[in-house]
Amino acid sequence: MIQGVQIELISADRLSSLTTLEKIRTILDSVMLGNIVVLERGLSPDEQSMLVEVTMREIRPGGFSGIEMETYPGREAAKGGFFARLFHGRGPEGRMTVIGPAGQLKMLKIERDRLVAWASLSSGR
Amino acid sequence: MGMFGRAKKKFSRFIQILFRRKRSRIGIYGPPNAGKTTLANRIVRDCSGDAIGPVSEIPHETRRARRREDVLITGANGSTLTLDIVDTPGVTTKIDYHEFLEYGLEQNEAILRAREATEGVAEAMHWLREDINGVIYVMDSTLDPFMQVNIMMVGIIESRNLPVVIVANKTDLPDASPSRIKSAFPQHPVIMVSGLEGTNMSELYDIMTEHFG
Repeated sequence: MIQGVQIELISADRLSSLTTLEKIRTILDSVMLGNIVVLERGLSPDEQSMLVEVTMREIRPGGFSGIEMETYPGREAAKGGFFARLFHGRGPEGRMTVIGPAGQLKMLKIERDRLVAWASLSSGR
Repeated sequence: MGMFGRAKKKFSRFIQILFRRKRSRIGIYGPPNAGKTTLANRIVRDCSGDAIGPVSEIPHETRRARRREDVLITGANGSTLTLDIVDTPGVTTKIDYHEFLEYGLEQNEAILRAREATEGVAEAMHWLREDINGVIYVMDSTLDPFMQVNIMMVGIIESRNLPVVIVANKTDLPDASPSRIKSAFPQHPVIMVSGLEGTNMSELYDIMTEHFG
């Protein structure tokens, strides 16, 4: 049997057809199964806020311990805010977002022009 | 404060009571262990001689939002502002009770702390969307300001058009680099303080009276 991490890519089209709660449930249900979810276009700030809130309600001691999340810049870059400075004014259209289980997605970081994720095959603790 | 200052303060309070002006609720947000409660205690002590809650080196000491009403902030130019200060649990996307065992807590105690912390963070996020009129966002000056939680939270605050003051805290520590925070968030006022030692608090009060008034 092949051991590995399942990576689920969710298109912008599919996500845009869902309500906020449906989006969050889709993401969390997958992440709670140990998958890493890549969103072609990320969540809005309000949706991110809801995701954190719902994630907190799903955490169980000894079980699911939360998520790791990183977003590649998009609209923020165009607005000339924080991301614009970070990426020297270059603003890609999409906001690719990677979300994974906290115990499994050991580290995520944004470098100048790429988003880097390290996934562990073990499920953390 | 001179006689004129005291009279002005009393008059301002009188006017607020008279017109029952709705006070702003200012949430103190930030990642765990950024020094939010230390800062909240400093503000409340400076302004009302009291404290808001206990502090600890163990993350998630604050697991329930704590509100202190009628905190009178006075800026250097004598302008005053009455606020409700809400100290919130540290925002994070993950909480694992094992982390607390490393600080010497018993397993049951650690599990309870984790449960309470998750409820507290969920509540704090809900309040940010529903019940907060302005934000003091606290960061630890010794850490990388580009932490995912900081990026996400500043984005959420900006999207809600809430006035925000960023506090680069813990400037008393030798490896503090508050200028990194200032250059990371040029679109917002960044005040460099030590909540523990109370340095530069008057500049924070000035900015608060300007931004939250």
